[in-house]
Amino acid sequence: MALRTAARRPLCLVTALCLLSLVLAGCSPEHYPQTTLLPRGDFARIADDLLDTTVRWALLVFVLVEGVLVYAIFRFRGKPGDPEPHQSHGNTTVEIVWTVIPALILAAIAVPTVRAIFQTNSFPKQGALTIQVVGHQWWWEFRYPEYSLTTANEIHVPVGRTVALRMGSNDVIHSFWVPQFAAKRDVFANRETRLWFKAEVEGEYPGQCAEFCGIQHGRMGYRIRAQKPAEFDAWVAHMQTLKPKGAPTASADSGVHTASQGATVQQPTSPQASQGNQYAAGEKLFTAKGCVACHALYAVNVPKGMIGPNLANVGARSYIAAGTLKNTDENLAHWIRDPQGIKKGVLMPNLGVSEPDSKTLAAFLRAHK
Amino acid sequence: MATRVLDQHRAHAAAHGETSGLWSWITTVDHKRIGILYGSTAFFFFLLGGVEALLLRIQLGTPDNTFLSPERYNQLFTMHGTTMIFLAIMPLSAMFFNYMIPLLIGARDVAFPRLNAFSYWVFLLGGLFLNAGWFFGAAPDQGWFGYANLTSRQFSPGPNVDFWMFGLQILGIASLAAAVNFFVTIINLRAPGMTLMRMPMFVWMSFITQVLLLLAFPVITVALILLMFDRFFGTHFFVPSGGGDPILWQHLFWIFGHPEVYILILPAFGIISEVLPVFSRKPLFGYAAMVFSGVFIAFLGFGVWSHHMFSTAMGPIADTFFALSTMLIAVPTGVKIFNWIGTMWGGSLQFRTPMYFAVAFIAMFIIGGLSGVMHSSPPADLQQTDTYFVVAHFHYVLFGGSIFGLTAGAYYWWPKMFGRMLDERLGKIHFWLMLIGFNVTFFPMHWLGLNGMPRRVYTYPAGLGFELLNQLETVGSFLLALGFLVLLINMFQAWRRPRNAPADPWNGATLEWSIPSPPQEFNFPETPEVHGRDALWEMKRTRGPLPEPARVSGAGIHLPNPSYWPAVAALGVAAVFVGVMLLGHIGPWGIVAGVALLFFGVYRWAFEPAG
Repeated sequence: MALRTAARRPLCLVTALCLLSLVLAGCSPEHYPQTTLLPRGDFARIADDLLDTTVRWALLVFVLVEGVLVYAIFRFRGKPGDPEPHQSHGNTTVEIVWTVIPALILAAIAVPTVRAIFQTNSFPKQGALTIQVVGHQWWWEFRYPEYSLTTANEIHVPVGRTVALRMGSNDVIHSFWVPQFAAKRDVFANRETRLWFKAEVEGEYPGQCAEFCGIQHGRMGYRIRAQKPAEFDAWVAHMQTLKPKGAPTASADSGVHTASQGATVQQPTSPQASQGNQYAAGEKLFTAKGCVACHALYAVNVPKGMIGPNLANVGARSYIAAGTLKNTDENLAHWIRDPQGIKKGVLMPNLGVSEPDSKTLAAFLRAHK
Repeated sequence: MATRVLDQHRAHAAAHGETSGLWSWITTVDHKRIGILYGSTAFFFFLLGGVEALLLRIQLGTPDNTFLSPERYNQLFTMHGTTMIFLAIMPLSAMFFNYMIPLLIGARDVAFPRLNAFSYWVFLLGGLFLNAGWFFGAAPDQGWFGYANLTSRQFSPGPNVDFWMFGLQILGIASLAAAVNFFVTIINLRAPGMTLMRMPMFVWMSFITQVLLLLAFPVITVALILLMFDRFFGTHFFVPSGGGDPILWQHLFWIFGHPEVYILILPAFGIISEVLPVFSRKPLFGYAAMVFSGVFIAFLGFGVWSHHMFSTAMGPIADTFFALSTMLIAVPTGVKIFNWIGTMWGGSLQFRTPMYFAVAFIAMFIIGGLSGVMHSSPPADLQQTDTYFVVAHFHYVLFGGSIFGLTAGAYYWWPKMFGRMLDERLGKIHFWLMLIGFNVTFFPMHWLGLNGMPRRVYTYPAGLGFELLNQLETVGSFLLALGFLVLLINMFQAWRRPRNAPADPWNGATLEWSIPSPPQEFNFPETPEVHGRDALWEMKRTRGPLPEPARVSGAGIHLPNPSYWPAVAALGVAAVFVGVMLLGHIGPWGIVAGVALLFFGVYRWAFEPAG
């Protein structure tokens, strides 16, 4: 009887672990948009291959050692009246064997590790698309020096071309993490760190800051859009039309772009007549409420050190406030009215914008695509 | 004259175990009472840290939750980590150092009994200082690792960081004083015949821990002083805009922080190495290998710190060095695990509560060790670091390891410390709740981390797939809490019962089981002589079963006088740091008063008759 109850207890554990593994089985990596286990880029694949190597060895060691432990628990269970067991103090041969075997297993992990360390640390020199990443409390700035473009919280990369990220921070330490294509690197205010990857699969994926950076670390997300080269080029061409007001050829460029795309992109510079008044009102509010002090509404040759995210194409982004809210008229208006209520501590103050004004501003901003 | 008479009276009372009441606890210099003070304070902080963890788990149970505000969440995760490391696991280990080391080596007390009292009072005040921020709505909120330059005045203008910085500084003083004490105690006060290679393994692991404390704590002390200068006196050690370097903080912090990990786990290694042989009825397997693997782990522990910093882009050479040194640590750790299983192998296993926890320790620590090897590989770690995978890893090491080990020790030594047996049935209920709750809480975190959930986020949006497992983890954390509720009931019931523990309830191998439970104030009426490892087993083998030891009068045994000056000096230490906090309000006078109190306490302490 005593033996039976004793045997039932481990059974409880086994049942619990089985349930757990069932739960795990229901959660395959496909259900996680931010997963590291489905690499879609070369850098991420290096990390994933290494993980596979270590997991295989770890599982082997786990099964063997835990197996021996569980075996010992049942095999050597003492019964009342048992004589004193043999008083062994050790066994040199056995001890040498179980020192050497783990060392060999570790060597098997160390060799591919060192190779991968040097692979991942080599920075592409030619032919790569350089993007500057700047971490801010709590949003991401992306600059494309090749095209003189700046954008925020949504990074566009072409599939099939290596991207070289040169990264820094505007304030505290953040960590830029691209789980699907690369991995993460911390960014600092006083040094440049680098990361590179070649995206292999198109799509829009979430990413977020991985180093604790203050009150809103949890709301410092961004989106990465991996696009076919032609689509990416079109995006660049379109962004290059978003020049500061009064800059020459701005409207001409945008006209060309619309024609070539054949898309129904609403042009902020040529709004429909019925919306024209509202657009002009929004533009006025953007200056009157002080938004313009921190945010730029153009993407070309934006000076460094703007306090707020660039809004040149804010209407085209999926999320606002660094992954906090879906980009809808209502959410954007709410955000403009009450950023401190939605994302407490964010550097954007509550400016006392009335509800109608916030709607006007939201409509104005969402026209910037 | 009057004081002398009083002193003599106290000494007499102490020698007969007649002391009781609050004053006797404040003035005590008895290592056993100080051990109980450490234990009860640490257990309180452990429960506090546990409640903090439950609040965090409630917040993370559902996506976009608003149960906690972001700043409250950040305060709670900072204080949960800091509390569990500095106010729970370290002082719970210190409880066993205090209570057990003198008993295990056959000594009457520690080398410096009043310094021991000082350590405790400084620790208590440090713990209160650290938590005082709650009462000012300014609990520390920058993470237990306090990465610069988030901790600079520019980005953390409030006093939150100051409570943390000075709290740790005070706790460091307590740790250093205690480390000196136990180092000297183990070197100098061993019973005749107890050579180094005959010391119980817990004493060996504790000894190595003291060395780690002595070498690691000065580094964090220096780092915290630099931080204090940055925050209070306008220097820029860690401030990039002033030419400083936030990476410097990371190096200093982890040169302390990684040995700290071994400070947290080595005492548990020692406890397990005591419990397993006793309940296997068989000596520890490979004693020498256990000693040297412990020494090797501690030595290597100073050469792996930058594996916490792979994502800072140190370059391929540094990455390679720290990856290989980290992997190397797995070898001596593996040796320990195999030797523990070797100890059980061929034994006659007695499954009492301490043994349950000890065996579970091995099983859980294996998992923590393997996930550690998984992120010793920098390119893989670049995905795992700062995700829940790491949270899973270190909870398997610190909870599955340290807490399971310390709990094994608590059940094992409880009868010796309090003279009362804990209930076996409740102990086993506690065990199963804890084992299942622990795994349900922390195992899914591996999966969440690899699937992209970062650490230290106060919430996560719906749609990233994190909902289900987080909910499961929250349920697990409450199972875990229920387990500790059962422990509380068990302790309470034992406390209400009369003393029922014999001197040697487990057929123990070490000297503490040769004296009554609980021991009398002088521990051993006569200094024991040691003729081999497992000194008590050796005695039983040569002399046959030992009779239940009688309580003796102890008249004529010299014991140090009780003293309140260590507590006064400790108050002085805390007052100095309160003074620094108030620098902007009352000028340097707070500091002056604190220093004066400290000097007064130390002066009176130094010239107090030793009895």
